[in-house]
Amino acid sequence: MRMRRFLLALALIAPGPVVAQSDGETVVAGLSQNEVSITARFSGSEIMVYGAVKRDAPPPASPPLEVIVTVEGPLMPVMVRKKNRRYGLWINTEAVEIDAAPSFYAVASTGLLRDVLSDTDDLRYKVTIPRAIRAVGIAGEAEDAASFTDALIRVRAEQGAYKLSQNAVSLTQDTLIRTDVALPANLIEGAYKVRIFLTRGGRVVDVSENTIDVRKEGLERWLTNLAHNQPLSYGLLSLAIAALAGWGASEAFRTRRA
Amino acid sequence: MQIYLPIAEVSVNAFVLLGLGGIVGFMSGMFGVGGGFLITPLLFFIGIPPPIAVATGANQVVASSISGVLAHLRRRTVDFRMGIVLTISGLIGSTIGIYVFSWLSSLGQVDLLIQLSYVIFLGFIGLLMLQESLRALNRSRKQAVAGKTAPRRAHEHLLVHRLPLKMKFRTSGLYISVIPPIAVGLFVGFLSAVMGVGGGFIMVPAMIYLLGMPTKVVVGTSLFQIIFTSAYTTVAHATTSFSVDMALALLLILGGVIGAQLGAQVALRLKAEQLRILLALLVLAVAAKIALELVLTPTEFYSLSVVRS
Repeated sequence: MRMRRFLLALALIAPGPVVAQSDGETVVAGLSQNEVSITARFSGSEIMVYGAVKRDAPPPASPPLEVIVTVEGPLMPVMVRKKNRRYGLWINTEAVEIDAAPSFYAVASTGLLRDVLSDTDDLRYKVTIPRAIRAVGIAGEAEDAASFTDALIRVRAEQGAYKLSQNAVSLTQDTLIRTDVALPANLIEGAYKVRIFLTRGGRVVDVSENTIDVRKEGLERWLTNLAHNQPLSYGLLSLAIAALAGWGASEAFRTRRA
Repeated sequence: MQIYLPIAEVSVNAFVLLGLGGIVGFMSGMFGVGGGFLITPLLFFIGIPPPIAVATGANQVVASSISGVLAHLRRRTVDFRMGIVLTISGLIGSTIGIYVFSWLSSLGQVDLLIQLSYVIFLGFIGLLMLQESLRALNRSRKQAVAGKTAPRRAHEHLLVHRLPLKMKFRTSGLYISVIPPIAVGLFVGFLSAVMGVGGGFIMVPAMIYLLGMPTKVVVGTSLFQIIFTSAYTTVAHATTSFSVDMALALLLILGGVIGAQLGAQVALRLKAEQLRILLALLVLAVAAKIALELVLTPTEFYSLSVVRS
């Protein structure tokens, strides 16, 4: 009895894609690398996402097979502030906190996203950039809460953190999938989720999920740990470096003059 | 050469940072100021998050003031007693400043506070300095023509002589109330926490015009107290908000110490009044730029800040 209830619960919470109407087509995916190390010289990284479609039966003639690839950075709450003119000055007057926005988000697809994905499945799998931002219950926080999420997307897109690349995934003979995603230099640590969706007629047929582990390495790792775990030693070390540099400069200056 | 800054979590060109440090070091070597009022806005400009710019700016100021004060120690132009009074009151001022800073950060108004302080203090000090140095330049020209020195009152009676709690400051040759130095220290300490500056540009004129200290001990004494206030600010920011970026500080300092040497050499070839006019113009230019940002309609009305837990 208990076992059956457990299985029922499992079936209910299990993510849609696995159970979803798998028309005998599944995606097998891989990444050119599963780890990205941020070292002092880190200047961005190019990740190749590839995959193949596995079939038990010949593919249906129509609608055509389409592919969407998303790469999502760690979710974090973001405060969006709006400036207004007060007493002749531009001052932050309104603020909306967005519960969770990915630090990085890239969507690539074989065709135009609006043709490839239906609204219902977008809502379900949170594929497009506006859907990837979890902004639940912000309507009460400001008069036009939607303009704050628009602003978040606009600013992040300008910074190169949110990217929409339609027609950027290549699908060869309805079987081989390939796209390249450029991770920018301004990357933060965390697990980056990579998803590959197969769609037909706007409906998701299958989805596969992988992660890229982005971590600071070497000196970057050491400094970050020190700053957070032993802030006092870190602060004193910063001072010691400053003092040494200041003293060194003064000595160098004196010997040059003498 | 791109370098990834571990705490700021942004990637910046290392040569840009060395260059910025160099320019600011040049100014500080030339004018005898810490240069914090230049470095912090410049860091905002290249995309360093404001809290990190303020905290790391303070760390950079420590290096440049130590370098400067050592030169003054050799010339015995540091008034230790005055320096200690200013340091103690400065530390109290920074503590208050750090609380106000984090309180305003939570309200989202910290940018406004920083910008307004820059406009008001830089504008005010810049004008004061410009007016004074132009007058001094005129006077020295007239003297050169007339070939005589202007009469100077041997003993001026300022407000500092009338207040109670008098104290002797031997190096400065002063016997004045301790209240004005404490007030100056509190105020400059507060600003250094809020603006990420040492406060030399306020401290120096305050010592000359409010406390009546002789000019030759002013710079050394100001630098002496700035070391402690900005060192305290650095550690306080490092322990309360983890916002000091050591890699960023190191590059700025390296550029800064080289720049400071060149600046000090250029300064030897210029007249004191000319230097003060140039510094006044520089201060006013920074104030004007920040004022325009507050007044002109921005291109983007929204700003983002990641909420770190």
